[in-house]
Amino acid sequence: MVGDALASSPGGYLLVLAVLVPVIGMLAMPVMGLLRVRHAASLAFATIAVGVAVVGAVGWRVVGSGEALVYGIGGWSPPLGLALRADGLSAVMMAMAALVIALVALYARPQFAAAETAPGGRRAFGFWALLMGLWSALNLAFVGEDLFNLFVALELLTFAAVPLVCLDGTAATLEAALRYLVFALVGSVLYLLGVAVLYARYGTLDIGLLHELAYPDFATHAAIALMIGGLMAKAALFPLHLWLPPAHAGAPAPASAVLSALVVKAPFFIIVRLWFDVLPGASHEAAARALAMLGAAAILVCSVVALRQARLKLMIAYSTVAQVGYLFLMFQLTIEPGVPAWATIGWTGGMLQLVSHALAKAAMFLAAGLIAEALGHDRIDELAGAGRAVPVSLFAFGLAGLSLMGLPPSGGFIAKLLLLSAATLSGAWWIAVVISVGGLLAAAYVTRVLKRAMAPPPEGIVTSPVARSRELAALALALCAVALGLVPLQPFDLLAIGRAGVALP
Amino acid sequence: MNATLDAVLALMLPVMALFSLNARDERSAVIGFMALGLLLALAWVRLGAVDVALTEAAIGALTGVLLLGAASAAVSVAVPRTGSPLLRGLLALAAALVAAGVAVIVAGAPDPAPSLAAAAVAHLGALELGNPVTAVLLAYRALDTLLETVVVLLALIGVWSLAGEGEWRGAPAAPGGTASRPVVLLARLLPPVGLVVAVHLLWVGADAPGGKFQAATLIAAMWLLVLMAGLRAPPELGGARLRGLIAAGPAVFIAIGLAGFLVPGQFLAYPEGWAKAAIIVIEVALTASLAAMLALIVLGPGTGERRT
Amino acid sequence: MSGPLLYGLAAAALIGLGLHGVLAHAAPLRRVLAFNLVGAGVFLLFGVGARRGAAAGLPGDPVPQALVITGIVVAFAATALAMALIRRLAILRAAAAGTPEEGAAPAAAPPRETR
Repeated sequence: MVGDALASSPGGYLLVLAVLVPVIGMLAMPVMGLLRVRHAASLAFATIAVGVAVVGAVGWRVVGSGEALVYGIGGWSPPLGLALRADGLSAVMMAMAALVIALVALYARPQFAAAETAPGGRRAFGFWALLMGLWSALNLAFVGEDLFNLFVALELLTFAAVPLVCLDGTAATLEAALRYLVFALVGSVLYLLGVAVLYARYGTLDIGLLHELAYPDFATHAAIALMIGGLMAKAALFPLHLWLPPAHAGAPAPASAVLSALVVKAPFFIIVRLWFDVLPGASHEAAARALAMLGAAAILVCSVVALRQARLKLMIAYSTVAQVGYLFLMFQLTIEPGVPAWATIGWTGGMLQLVSHALAKAAMFLAAGLIAEALGHDRIDELAGAGRAVPVSLFAFGLAGLSLMGLPPSGGFIAKLLLLSAATLSGAWWIAVVISVGGLLAAAYVTRVLKRAMAPPPEGIVTSPVARSRELAALALALCAVALGLVPLQPFDLLAIGRAGVALP
Repeated sequence: MNATLDAVLALMLPVMALFSLNARDERSAVIGFMALGLLLALAWVRLGAVDVALTEAAIGALTGVLLLGAASAAVSVAVPRTGSPLLRGLLALAAALVAAGVAVIVAGAPDPAPSLAAAAVAHLGALELGNPVTAVLLAYRALDTLLETVVVLLALIGVWSLAGEGEWRGAPAAPGGTASRPVVLLARLLPPVGLVVAVHLLWVGADAPGGKFQAATLIAAMWLLVLMAGLRAPPELGGARLRGLIAAGPAVFIAIGLAGFLVPGQFLAYPEGWAKAAIIVIEVALTASLAAMLALIVLGPGTGERRT
Repeated sequence: MSGPLLYGLAAAALIGLGLHGVLAHAAPLRRVLAFNLVGAGVFLLFGVGARRGAAAGLPGDPVPQALVITGIVVAFAATALAMALIRRLAILRAAAAGTPEEGAAPAAAPPRETR
């Protein structure tokens, strides 16, 4: 309806559905009594079935056409209206989120099976409703084109993620949730400050239009710096990570899996959008180096801290901060003269790291949850017997560990190899050293757990049985992380779909 | 005259903020914050944003109830922090740098600024609306508004999930403790007036400043007042009718949005000639749901206990 | 100085004060309050931009005004969630300490050392 109307692509409506389907599922949960549904889990599984189909269709369209999928909401076009857009990268992110959420849901089903009025009904209702809200927020973060619309996505994400942290309702988890909330809110408000500055400057918040309009001046740089700073707090980039370990370790295992695998990735993804699609000017080597140095510090410091943890879930949470550090190396490793960022191996390596960490870390948290359920605790020093009690979970843990260490065969191996090559080729030797040392440290903290867990059980140990289906969900995620290592060359083209200046074969 | 008012207001805002941040006890801090809200509402009028001024004033009242309620509970949570002087100095420096940067940007920003005002007005005729802010909220950027109600719902679910085991479907505690006579009197006198004003705000919102947020907030505040006075008991959170009321607004919004796929063929587009009708239906449904959700958020999680 | 510029500077001050409050204060309630101050400053900044964008017979650009309305409601929801967490934490702490939280005199708040 407006001026040079934005042409919605055929199938663009799928992007609306990707955001809306989980919302509808969530909306049905408070009124499930009226809908004659007894279990929130049933609604969640129906929603997931539809949502996975929608995401699959988005992927099929994007790959099939080789172009980004675009939709103008209500027939309005930016700058007045809102657009949604999914390029190859967005499609990959959405597929990753759908896969993790579906498998986590399978894992969580027996744990949160209570009917609303039954004992445990509060936790079950909360888990499924928040999970659906979280999924919608993730999809919006991956397809939003408007910076304020993305702010709404970030707030949705925060409001879904924070209560998940304290679902158990203990004082310790409430404290962790409160700290998480404060960090997340400060991050949001800094982001919004940048949005205000950009709007006053350019009169639009559409990423595509800003890409054309933005020019390098103090206000624009300051706005983007504020936004990235706020998002760094949400993505838990060192040294703004202090909220993450208690929050991710305190949540119930399936919630931890989603938080670590997906929730910290959404703000990172928006940083990527700002950096590569909005930030004007040629190269920003100093800023890129600063981000890479923070990433390197995260890898080194938090891997060492992970190695020193006494509790399994805290160890995994610190490992998340370290692995998020790898993502921030990307900004330096995509600077190649004359080559668009998305044609570099640094780009592919960074994105592969994002996806493989999501799968591996989700698998790890799920496995750790089962280990803790079987043994009744998650103290690393007393894990002996876990190998006997939950062998499949431990196997999943080990497989996922390959990705974190960067050993073949795994997505993490390919990702770290690409990042390492990019570092070596660009002469950033210090990054190469950090990647190598980070791999060794990850190997140390993963094998530390495996060694203890494989030890013969002590006399008189009592373990509780866990459902095999839950072990298989963890294993499936770990196998997906491994499988990513077997299709190394495919992502190159896929990750560049819908990005200018790249000729597709 | 107006320039003086602007200068005084602009000066009072940070002064009140300083007072609120450094007040001796939590209660004074909250009262300072509420006063700041009123000053802000005035500032919004001066900035030509009456819609925002109404929202600020209405939400300010709710925030006040919320913060005052927590001011008594909060003290036992306070943990004195022993940060090093160096760290504290760095934090102060960082905050000052951001403020200075913003000041520089404001001073150097283009004036007149780039604006979508003309574009927003251009389509008012097609939407049969007179208030461009309503057009932005319910047409141009309707997805933001839809998802924002979902944000409120998620916050409510988050609040509910904080209940004790087995208590979450019960009634929340009544706000404000014991009711004093003036509160009871107010609670008898104000709500009818408030409701009339709310309906008015909702009704004129299509063409004049006002709309669902302002109306919903006002209704929520009236309901809370009645509960504070003890004239009614808080509802049980598991009640089917209450749950239905909460879901109705977003559900109607989504349904009309999805109907747009059929006619005229776009999500959240309104059929020609029906735009205003559709928008009014959405606004009425959202007002009811938002009023319930905002009040319930202030009331907090279920306690399962019964009060008379 | 023009009106919008004055409010813009006030917004900058609110942002700075609030940011410092969030980072430096220990008491959760003050931190939430401070977060709201930053939010108010950011909203005001939108308002200044809107006023400077007055055109087409409108007193201001309606788009940022609408964004602020959305933002105010979101900030309220955030405040409410934070308050609920703080209250729940207080109840649990009180229960752990063996004193009932209900009935604690609200005015008996001891002044907290926050410096």
